[in-house]
Order: sequence, then structure tokens, then C-alpha cells
Amino acid sequence: MILQIQNQHPDSNRPLADASLVACPDCDLLQRIPEVPPGASVRCPRCDKELWRHRVDSHNRTFALTVAALVLYIVANTVPMLGLHAAGREAFTTVVGGAHQLRLDGQQIVSVLVLFAAVISPALQIIFLLLILTGCRRERPPFWVGMLLRHVHFTRTWSMIEVMLLGVLVALTKIADYATVIPGVALFALFALVVLLAAMESCFDPREVWESVEWAEETNRRPAGAKQIAEVTP
Amino acid sequence: MSEANPTAMEQGLQSCHGCGLLSRPAPGAEEGRCPRCDEKLEFRKPASLERTMAYLIAAAVCYIPANLLPVLTTTTAGGSESDTIMQGVVLLWSPTGWPLSLIVLFASIMIPSAKILALLYLVFTVRRGSIKNNSERVRLYRMVEIVGRWSMVDVFVDTFTVSLIQLQPLMSVEPGPGLLFFAAVVVLTMLAVESFDPRLIWDSAAVKEIQHEVQHA
Repeated sequence: MILQIQNQHPDSNRPLADASLVACPDCDLLQRIPEVPPGASVRCPRCDKELWRHRVDSHNRTFALTVAALVLYIVANTVPMLGLHAAGREAFTTVVGGAHQLRLDGQQIVSVLVLFAAVISPALQIIFLLLILTGCRRERPPFWVGMLLRHVHFTRTWSMIEVMLLGVLVALTKIADYATVIPGVALFALFALVVLLAAMESCFDPREVWESVEWAEETNRRPAGAKQIAEVTP
Repeated sequence: MSEANPTAMEQGLQSCHGCGLLSRPAPGAEEGRCPRCDEKLEFRKPASLERTMAYLIAAAVCYIPANLLPVLTTTTAGGSESDTIMQGVVLLWSPTGWPLSLIVLFASIMIPSAKILALLYLVFTVRRGSIKNNSERVRLYRMVEIVGRWSMVDVFVDTFTVSLIQLQPLMSVEPGPGLLFFAAVVVLTMLAVESFDPRLIWDSAAVKEIQHEVQHA
């Protein structure tokens, strides 16, 4: 403990000796995370926020789901999603194609938003998780695992594939009055992707990763090139 | 300080927004960095109420053109016709299409306005230092957080309607100026939700409890 304070980076806070002590993110109540049986969740007694859920085999299951999601994501964004058959003509579009048409029609800002919410954020969501889980396979997960994990919440907030699918359904119903609509392979891939992304997020246990990750403080303190660091009590 | 429910802030501890680690700032320092994930740490989100209000006002301003200006313009051989969001809902209403019409009505008109009102209510009660219905208020906040994203649905409806119906010269659909304002409402309300710190709801309770204890001492 003394060693730790001496080596303190001037800017960073000091961790507590008791790592099981947490504050509820929604009401700041100090509490201890108790040991619970697998499958059970720990909730804040004051505001009922789920603080942690004891997931079974979180790492392997999340990894499998993430790889499957990556494959489906690639399919969903490369093959046609919707086709239209009217007056002897056929037109196909993909998600990116939808955003592109908006840009052509002078709605650049909205097209960027659509691209961000339906294409970029889901990609980041999958890639971040994949990198985090691969990084965790090492004996001591490197600090960049933490850097990515810190931003997982952001990618999750802005990834809106499920909302987009509902939008596609509504658009289909509208268009069905004028023309024959042909659902493409990507549409089914997107349906499956929504389910996989939800399963992936609910299997993932960020707490487990945080407990094993290398601390940023140690990385800051470590002289460039040196592999060995001073042993500290977490 | 309430003995029964000590909060991290009352104990001088900061919990990390990024990784959840609880740590103590260096003596004399108000803010620092998380020793585990290097995130900047504060006791509460900085200027939470002011930022939430700013986003809300901007969203409320954009809400008006979003509903009055057309989001889609349909051009056929017979001429062109513009529809606002509400007209789109009415057009979708049919014996088979009414459930979807209701969904769009909820997602595009009810949710954005309910979201703005709910956050205004939260900001005002926190500012007044209310101690009533804390659990209900934090539940309201979580609901706004979960449901809010669905108002984006109309942006996607319009995107795919536009990109599919390009059958020039028979029929084509173009996005209207209302779409940008509508997208702005969705993004601004989401940013407002992100800037609001739900812990403030409980902070006022702690302050009131101290006053209560002082009065009864």
C-alpha cells in the first residue's frame, strides 16, 4: 500500500483497499457486491438498478455470439436488403444504399446519422467486443482492452439495428400499395443479427474483464520499453 | 450525512463512469483520473442540469419545424405531394396497416414530446430539491433512456422509402426539409438523457435529510 502511494501518478485517484465496495451508478449508494449463485443478479437496495449479474461461462459464450454476429453483419451489409418490382422495373437497395440516396437528395446530415446508427455503430459494437475478448485471452489483458471497454456503452447507445428494422417494416407496408416488394437475404440476416446482438450484450460481463485488465496507472508509470513493473497490491 | 444510506460522494469517493471502480481523489484535488481505466473522474456529471436543459430547449425548438415541415415529397406524373410526419401516419392507417400506423404515431410524435416533458420534470424537481417519489423518478429516467431510441424509426422509414421508390419518371420520392429537424430532435433528446445525472435525484434527498435532522436536533 505504501509503495503504491509513493508511485502514485500525480493526476490519478487512489483505489480502495476493498475492491468489492461499489457505488450504485444511478443513486451513488455505497454497497458491497455479495457472492450470488450463477444466474442471479445483484440489485441496488435503494433504486433497484441491476449492479451485476453472475453469468455462467460469460467469456466463451459472448465470444461465440460475437463471431456469429460478425459473419451476419458482413452478410447483412453486402447482399441486397430490399427489392422493388414495379412497372416492369426492378430496384434493389442495401442499408448503405439507403443512406447514399439521402445524400444524393441533399440530406447529407441525416444520411451520416443513418450511416452512423445503422452501419458504423453496430460494426464498432461487434469489433470492440471481439478485440476485448481476444485481448482477455492473454494472461494479463493489456490496457487497451480497458480503453475499448470504456467506450462499449457509447457504441451500444447509438447502434440502432432493431429500430432500423422496424423502420424497414413500416416502409415496406407503405410501398406495398404501389409496388411488389421483394425481401432480400440481408433482411433476414438483419433479423438474426438483432437477436444475436441482444444475446451478445446480455452474456457479456464487463466486471469480469475489468477485474483482470492491466491498470492504466501501471502503464503510465512504466518506463518506455521496460517490461517489468513494480509489484503493487491492487 | 445520512448514516443509513451513505453515498460515495459523502464519503469523498468517486466511482468511475467507465469502469465502475471506486477511488479516492488525491488530497486537496476535486477531480482526478481513474487509476484503472484512465477516465476523467468527477463526483457528478459536470453542469448536468444546465447541459440537459440546453439540449432540451434546442430539441423543443426543432420539434416545431419537425412536425410542420414535410418529411417526404412524392412526385408522380400527376404532380407532386408533400407529407408531414402526421400525414404519413394518416396515410398508413388502413384495415391492415393500422398497427404500424400506431407504432409510428407513438415513436415519432408521442415519444419525443413525452421525453422532453419527462426530462423537464426531472430537471425541475432536482432543482427544487424534491425528496418525493425518488424511486419513481429514477424509474422514469431509465424508461426515457430505453424507449427514447425508438423515435429514430421515422428517419429510417423515410430513408428506405426514398431509396426504394426511384422509378423516374413514373414515381419518385424525395426527403423533405422536416426530416433534418426531426433527426435533430431525436439526437438532441438522446444527448439530453446522456447529460442528466440520475444521482442528483438522490443527492437532494441527502441534503434534505440533513436539514431535517438539524431541525429536530
